[in-house]
Amino acid sequence: MTIAESRGTPLETAPPRVSSDTFAWMQQVPAAYWIIGALLLLMPAMASGFVLYQILGWAFILGMIALSLMFLGGYGGMVSLVQMSVAALAGYMVAILGSSGMQAISLGWPWWLYIPVAIMIAALFATLAGALAVRTEGIYTIMITLAIATAFFYFTRQNYTIFNGYSGFASVVPPPLFGVDWRQPIPFYYLSLFCATAAYFAVVYVSRSPFGLALQGIRDNPRRMAALGFNVVAHRIAAYTFAGVIAAVAGILLVWQNAQISPGTAGIAAVIDILVIAIVGGLSRPIGPFIGALIYVVVRTFSPDILEGVGLPGERFKTLIGLVFLAVVFWSPDGVLGLWDRFRNRMRNRANPLLGSGGGT
Amino acid sequence: MGSFVQRHPGWTVVLAVALAALLWAIIAPWSPGVEQVLGRKRIFLNAVFNGITLGALYFLVASGFTLIFGLMKNVNLAHGSLYLVGGYIGYEFAEATGQWLLAFVVVFIAVALMGIILQYIVFRRMEGEDLRQTLVTIGLSVVLADIMLWIWGGQSYQIQTPRWLSGPTTLPIVAGMRSNGEFVYLTYPLVRIAILVAAIALGVLMWVALNRTRIGMLIRAGVDDRDILAASGVRTQYVFIAVFAFGAGLAGVAGIVGGTFQSISPGEDVRFLLASLVVVIVGGMGSILGAALGALIIGLAEQLGSVYAPTYSVVFTFLIMAFVLAFRPQGLLGSRC
Repeated sequence: MTIAESRGTPLETAPPRVSSDTFAWMQQVPAAYWIIGALLLLMPAMASGFVLYQILGWAFILGMIALSLMFLGGYGGMVSLVQMSVAALAGYMVAILGSSGMQAISLGWPWWLYIPVAIMIAALFATLAGALAVRTEGIYTIMITLAIATAFFYFTRQNYTIFNGYSGFASVVPPPLFGVDWRQPIPFYYLSLFCATAAYFAVVYVSRSPFGLALQGIRDNPRRMAALGFNVVAHRIAAYTFAGVIAAVAGILLVWQNAQISPGTAGIAAVIDILVIAIVGGLSRPIGPFIGALIYVVVRTFSPDILEGVGLPGERFKTLIGLVFLAVVFWSPDGVLGLWDRFRNRMRNRANPLLGSGGGT
Repeated sequence: MGSFVQRHPGWTVVLAVALAALLWAIIAPWSPGVEQVLGRKRIFLNAVFNGITLGALYFLVASGFTLIFGLMKNVNLAHGSLYLVGGYIGYEFAEATGQWLLAFVVVFIAVALMGIILQYIVFRRMEGEDLRQTLVTIGLSVVLADIMLWIWGGQSYQIQTPRWLSGPTTLPIVAGMRSNGEFVYLTYPLVRIAILVAAIALGVLMWVALNRTRIGMLIRAGVDDRDILAASGVRTQYVFIAVFAFGAGLAGVAGIVGGTFQSISPGEDVRFLLASLVVVIVGGMGSILGAALGALIIGLAEQLGSVYAPTYSVVFTFLIMAFVLAFRPQGLLGSRC
């Protein structure tokens, strides 16, 4: 093979010639994707409504919000704590523009209008927050986004004219589209699975697009990218907007799942939970946040049993989650994904006589 | 200060006029016309004084935060938890012994010890890894908040003001006019005045200690360049521990102050963490003077906002922060690093 020829082939090894393009495409997808995909699609046949709605549905939603953080943190190098607030704002907008128990405030728009508007408003908020946050770097970003998130929480709690203060909005339900009640476990499971999958592939796609590659370049060396002619600030703000859209979709699902929204939805505990999920899962790949979310939801759901098992009162789940988080940060800063990568490398190196089982990372 | 006047003469005039107008509004008796537009003068004065005392409290919390950050680049997001711990310990001690002043000493030492442990166990191990430090302190604050909720429950506590500081005092500032032309002077809780005076005294002391003593010289040198300081033979780890202990102790002491003139309850840790974040962002990281200025601005904005626009007072704080970030990302008195 000459050099000229090899330049034309894609980075992955070229698939063998087959008659149909779709078949070639399907062959490129790793087997793990097929197995996990089939498992997730067939889950309603195996799991109970509680597992589908309260565990998996919730994990998908939290995973999406954490995915938006992972996109900013992993590809953009900006750990933003404002994602939960963006999600909650989208949820609030659904309650305010659509219908809720608060007839006095809710505007009662049709679903095809309020959903896009809610997503747009939340994305606009994310963009503004991003425009503020990108003026600083590193830990300053965490501090400023934390300040914005806290201010959002106190604002929604104080403001009664728009956000209805302490009580928030109740009975916010999804529209009965196609004659389906979307709050039933199985429809909601598929709805959240669809959104989470779409968000996952959107992040994968964007991370490989020119924009995503430029963003990763900016993460690694902003000066060099600026010297190459990339607009560093604009790329970073656009990343906030994209992440904001994902968080907004998740926020709408969240308000439908709980049927209510209140300041506590975006309270500091919730904001930090999203960070915990993203870090525990790992910021290196988009699958990390979903793993983290599943761990979080399982620990949180079964924490009374775990805590009482070791002789502590059952309501101390925050201590438990905080300790898990501390352990992960102390011993595996790149989360569960990092553990998995190291485990896999060790397995691989075991076969290699030069590296052996002990060496090599 | 002088260089600022030289560089921005226009802004200096604007600032001077604004300051003079504020002073006039505080000192001069208001005519009925002014009262019609702005409301009762007593309300305005109370808001201003509450804002200043709140600013004093914010300064106590934020100065420790900014000192620690400026010297060690440690982002201690458990700072609010130290505040709350200080408040609870102070409450327990004051309840048990009835000694309000002694509680300050006890709390300072106790929380400073916690700070030493934090610096020794957590921060020393991950020097320079600021993201990890941030994450660890977030995790710690979650655990600490839950443990405090476990011990002290969800209700709020108020620390009793000692008798010699309770009750109001009259200030030589005109609050209003009776119909017969007699001036009514402003009465204000004595304890708040005492706290304000103590905070100012502490700020001055800190300034003197930083600028006129040997340890202050070491700290300032460490803020500028840690590595050179270590290379010139100073045991920087000891300086770090001392500063961390002092900053943590201040946060704890602020807990007593906050518990005396407001109250302490779960959630206050987040409130004061936010306050110190905003104050140091506005004032400038690592600058004591900046912390004082930022605390004053934020305290005033919060109190005036809560009087004149109750549901939007948080927005004022936030807008100030956004404004400063937009035009002076390093903070009002911060230096570009």
